[in-house]
Amino acid sequence: MLSVRDLHVRFGQAHILQGVSLELGAGALAIVGRNGMGKTTLCQAVMGMVAASEGEISLEGQSLRGLAPFRIARRSVALVPQGRRTFPSLSVDEHLRLVSQGRTARWNIERIYQTFPRLAERRRNGGTELSGGEQQMLAISRALLMNPRLVIMDEPSEGLAPVIVEHLIQVLRALPADGMSLLLIEQNLRVATEVAGEVAIMVTGRIAATMPAATLANDPDMQRRYLGVSAGGH
Amino acid sequence: MHSRVLLWSALGLALLLVMPWLLLQALPQNQAQFWTANILGRGIVFGIIAMSLTFLATYGGFISLAQMMVAGVAGYTLAIFVDGAVPRIAGGLGYGLAIPLAILAATVMGLIVGAIAVRTRDIYLLMITLALAMGIFRFIETNIAWFNGYEGIRNVVGPDVFGFDFRNAYVFYYIALGTAGALYFGVLYLVRTPFGLVLQGIRDNPRRVAALGYAVGPHRIAAFGVAGFIAGCGGVLATIYNIGISPGSIGLGATVNVLIMSVIGGLGHPIGAFVGSLVFTFFDTFSASIYDRERFNTLIGVVFLVIVLLSPDGLLGAGARLRKMLGGRDAP
Repeated sequence: MLSVRDLHVRFGQAHILQGVSLELGAGALAIVGRNGMGKTTLCQAVMGMVAASEGEISLEGQSLRGLAPFRIARRSVALVPQGRRTFPSLSVDEHLRLVSQGRTARWNIERIYQTFPRLAERRRNGGTELSGGEQQMLAISRALLMNPRLVIMDEPSEGLAPVIVEHLIQVLRALPADGMSLLLIEQNLRVATEVAGEVAIMVTGRIAATMPAATLANDPDMQRRYLGVSAGGH
Repeated sequence: MHSRVLLWSALGLALLLVMPWLLLQALPQNQAQFWTANILGRGIVFGIIAMSLTFLATYGGFISLAQMMVAGVAGYTLAIFVDGAVPRIAGGLGYGLAIPLAILAATVMGLIVGAIAVRTRDIYLLMITLALAMGIFRFIETNIAWFNGYEGIRNVVGPDVFGFDFRNAYVFYYIALGTAGALYFGVLYLVRTPFGLVLQGIRDNPRRVAALGYAVGPHRIAAFGVAGFIAGCGGVLATIYNIGISPGSIGLGATVNVLIMSVIGGLGHPIGAFVGSLVFTFFDTFSASIYDRERFNTLIGVVFLVIVLLSPDGLLGAGARLRKMLGGRDAP
């Protein structure tokens, strides 16, 4: 599905991505790592929102590098950005109609409202009148309605109440069954390991290690070494 | 929220529909006619041009100072091609053809302005659109062969509409009102379509819209095309109202007037353009009796200052605040 090879991104003197390589097939791959390791930059580079200086990004064999973000989106890639970025002036319903592909699409507005009943209740509310959890549901819905082959989510669980995180995990686990691959950036190790089969650890602009989720989940030493946290640490 | 806006708009439209009759009850016939055509009718026509500015400002987030010039392109196209204009420049067309041609020309000019300004924002967009407006203004003013220079083109009297003379105050008024109503409700409809939603999304966050698969630039340019169409309709009506067009009607003064109308009314909703233009036209007409004809600019300047100081979002914003103070619900 998604193949990234030796990807470099520089902002002036700062060398943010220093040769990232990863392979994502059907299913989900989580990328974990501390702040400032380049996770968000990786998302933006795949989406075409920052320019890569070297390397290759391809989706099912077709190169994405150098394409404008809207062209990458039309090739069936959707990004749920960090911080949600809902539109202040559009209501929930308008957000969804903006990207809806019609009633017959796999993910349509009706299915969104069934999956996220809270959004149905708030369909007339503006994008900024929603709670953090509702905004995150809306941002995810906006991506799902595009019925993409690849969804990239940048820290979807950030700032959410525990009960909402549980709901989020359920939703994300079901995505591969709908034919979507998921590239999940997460700081919350539990979300990462429960959603994805494989976890990649990012350290200073490189993928330091890739392993089955269960391995990382059961190895507190490795968690401390790479992430400075442990799953049961709070 | 939306249905309430539609309800109030329909009420406003209904009031304007019966205004000429109400005026006839309250005033002598010649005064009622004057109010109908020269205050309300003229106000509505300039409201259309101002709405092309507020449409871009409200839903696209850009203030274009080229809208009066775009309206002028429609006016000049009409004057150049229509039969009976003095001096005859091209002629040969009846109003039935010349008016659509004029609106088409304005739409194209709107697209051109959009294509040139598409990558700029804020003060730079303001300056580029102003520069375009002033460039076209100078070009028209100094070009005698096509635009008859400083004199302009006169005797654009307007068509007979189903046997009624366009110059009749009431015929003119109802045509202006009908056009304004159609454009106003057209804008309200347009902003609910995917195109309108994308436009508002672009104003909020262009990068996000691009990541959703929409090309930002073409949508921005198309918005200028829509605004050009609106301004073109206003330009045709204004030219017929003035029985012709001269460079003065698209100069810096006219450009700034449209901006003042928009700000007085408020940039938050298309209706603000009409509120602002009616207030502006009222003071424009009666400054002589209120204070002194020569002091119109002082008067409108003071009115402008007072409104902007008391309510930065114009009379619309003032209305909303008043409703809130009186314990009503939030404004739309």
